[in-house]
Parts: sequence; structure tokens; C-alpha cells
Amino acid sequence: MDILSRIAQELEAGEDERVAELTREAIAQNLAPKEILDRGLLAGMNVVGEKFRAHEVFLPDVLLAAKAMYAGLDLLKPLLIRDGVPPAGKIILGTVQGDLHDIGKNLVGIMLKGAGFEVIDLGHDVPPARFIDAATENGADLIGMSTLLTTTMPVMRQVVAMIEERGLRGKIRTIVGGAPVTAEYAREIGADAYSFDGSHAVERVKRLMAEA
Amino acid sequence: MRQAVNISAADVIPEPEAVLRGLSVPEGVAADLRFQRLLRAALDILTARSCPAGLFGEIAADEFGYVYGGSGSNDPDTPLHHIYPKATGLALFAVTLGREVSREIDYLFHVREFALATILDAAASQAAELAGDAVEREFAAVLAANGLFQGETRLLRYSPGYCGWHMSGQRALFDRLRPDEIGITLRESFLMEPLKSMSGVIAAGPAAIHDFEDVFPCCAGCENPTCRERIRRALSG
Repeated sequence: MDILSRIAQELEAGEDERVAELTREAIAQNLAPKEILDRGLLAGMNVVGEKFRAHEVFLPDVLLAAKAMYAGLDLLKPLLIRDGVPPAGKIILGTVQGDLHDIGKNLVGIMLKGAGFEVIDLGHDVPPARFIDAATENGADLIGMSTLLTTTMPVMRQVVAMIEERGLRGKIRTIVGGAPVTAEYAREIGADAYSFDGSHAVERVKRLMAEA
Repeated sequence: MRQAVNISAADVIPEPEAVLRGLSVPEGVAADLRFQRLLRAALDILTARSCPAGLFGEIAADEFGYVYGGSGSNDPDTPLHHIYPKATGLALFAVTLGREVSREIDYLFHVREFALATILDAAASQAAELAGDAVEREFAAVLAANGLFQGETRLLRYSPGYCGWHMSGQRALFDRLRPDEIGITLRESFLMEPLKSMSGVIAAGPAAIHDFEDVFPCCAGCENPTCRERIRRALSG
């Protein structure tokens, strides 16, 4: 088995130390960082994502794999930047103003990073303007918003409206999620996408990026 | 009458299987060894970090009607609207696990222990429910001491934010119960801090008062009908 397949396999098993070790070895063998990323780390993470969607593995398995992904990515990131390899996309993420629930948003962030996206996590209790300022300052493709409260859902609407007001519609896409949020609500407020979990969010974000 | 409830950390440690269900692991699926180790570690952290506290205060039906009305934002018709007038006893309640558990979850995410953080979060959610159970038992004991707990009496909890009771109802509930005494505060968005806290009303009465068909406006968009299992348990005793 070649080293990239072994990286993918160890990542699937959530063996972070082995992934780091093998990634170092692959770098030492002068393999292209982009190839290590695509055929090693991302290949492994894709398998984990598929198994998760098929209910063959569960959330903790995905998160152990994600930790292993990060271990490899830490080593690759400076080399990818050196080689001018762009991330799959740049996303601003946050839990909206008034809400402190972080878990769902964190899981989405972990899975998006695991899929090769650059994620700028603004944390929780994020005011509407801060999402947009962060997106414009960082040249982000997308804003992802999460909330667990019905009372803070209107903040999502404010962000979408503010994007429109600032003439950024089409340049910055939006994806929303969280327990009380539905696809219907997302449509109603004019968000570009809705996701009910992290794994689904990755698929939706990939689709939005492809449409852009 | 308001009454603080002493709850020990041991009282709120959930069964590992309950935590697995909270993580959407289907019943009958066993956790592998690594998963089991993480689960044990999460429960150890929960034991060490949680400082559970509870409070309840009995309330008459007409007074509860005022609390329940809150800011007038409830659904036009809700299950609780039909349940509380038939209750033989009502108590507002609040419970919390304290701030340390949430801090620990944040810390674990920060140091990339994603799986452990997520398992701890699921365990803490179960623990908050167990703290609610402890308060419910205390209220049942008060009812029993006053001859108000009959063989057919069942207690169930209802909370703002669920089943058509608008979250803004938290304000009237907090004004009346004052859970700041056990360290719970309310933000403008009606979010409780610490996060692993719970509040609402405990309704006591014959099992049949808790039974309802899912025909209410809130039922239409409900994607997590946990009420069905709660009603089934209440009816089966």
C-alpha cells in the first residue's frame, strides 16, 4: 500500500499520531503537498463522511478522524501556502447574536476544515455586521450562521438583508442551520442554503462553491 | 413556597447508553473500545466538574396562567394550555449544572479533543434532565406530604421554547421563581446561563391530563417529538 493510502487509512481510523508521522514521511519523500492533501487526508476524510451519512460510523468517529486530519493539515498548511494552493473555499462561521450555543457550529467548522475549506470562526454571540465585515475583510465566499434559539433566528434574516443592502448578494453566499432552523425558513429569509448537520453542510457548501 | 433542592453530582451522571442515544447512536449498537474509553472519560469529567443545583416553587393554576401568558407570544393553541388547568399541582422549576461543565467543553474543543468535547456535551445534556428528575421527585414528595399524590398521579415537565410555549415566557418565569439564587441568569434573547440549565413547569395530575394528540400548530413543524415517549411513560406509569 502506498503512503497516501496509508495516510487515508490511518485517518479513517482516527489515529492522529500515525497520520502526522506518515504525513511527515510523505513530505520527506518530496511528494507534492497538494497530492498528500487530496489523495491522503481528504481521501480518508471523504470515506469517513460517506460512512457517517450511511450510519456506518458515528459522530465521535468522525471527530476522531477530524483530529487526525488536523494533525496532518498542520504539517501541510505552510507548504500549501508556499505552493500557492488555494483552500477549497473561505467561510466565515458563527453562532448569531444572543446565542451562546457553540457545539453545532463547531462541528460544522470541523467538518468543513476536514473537507479542505478555510474556516474563520467568529465564535458565538456574533452581531450581524460582524459577519459581513469579516467576510469582506477576508475575501470569504460564504457566511455560515447557526442558532439553537427561536428568538435569535431573526438575526440570520438581518445578515441576509445586510448582504443585499451592501450589494454583496451573489458575491457572499449564506448557509444557515441549527435546531429550530428549517429549509423553509432559510428560503423565506433568502439564505442560499440550509443544512441540518455538519456532514450535510459540507455537501451543501461544496455545491454552492461549484455554482459560484 | 420556593424550595432549593440539593443535588449531588452523582445524582446526575447518566447511564453510558443514554449518552450514546444522545449522540444518535442507535439502540443495540455497541461502542467500540476507544469510544467506551472516551465515554468513561467524559463521565469522569462530568462528575468532577458539575455543580448541580435545583429550585422549585409551587404555583396556583391562575397564577401560572399569568406566567404562561408571558409576553403574549405563545401559539394560539398549545398542549400545556389544556393541561395546566387540570393539574392537581404545579411548580415552576429551574436546574443547572453550573458553569464549569460548559467551560470544560469549550476548552476541549480548543485543544482539539473534539470527540471528547462532543460526548461531554451530550452527557451534560442528559445530566441536566436528571437534575430535573431530582427536582421533580422533591416536588412529588411535597405533594405526597400534603396528601396530593395519589396512585394515578404523574408528573411531567414542560419548558418555554417547546410545544408552543414561547421562549419569551422565560422572563415571567424568572421574575416569579428567581433562579439567580442558584446561579442561573437570563439573557435578552431568553437564553439561560450557564448553558446546561433547564427551566419550566412541573405539572402533576392524573396520567390522562398529559395525553394529547399531535394536532397543535406546534406539532406541525416539530422534528423531535420527544413528547410521545414522555406521554407513553406517563400513561404506562
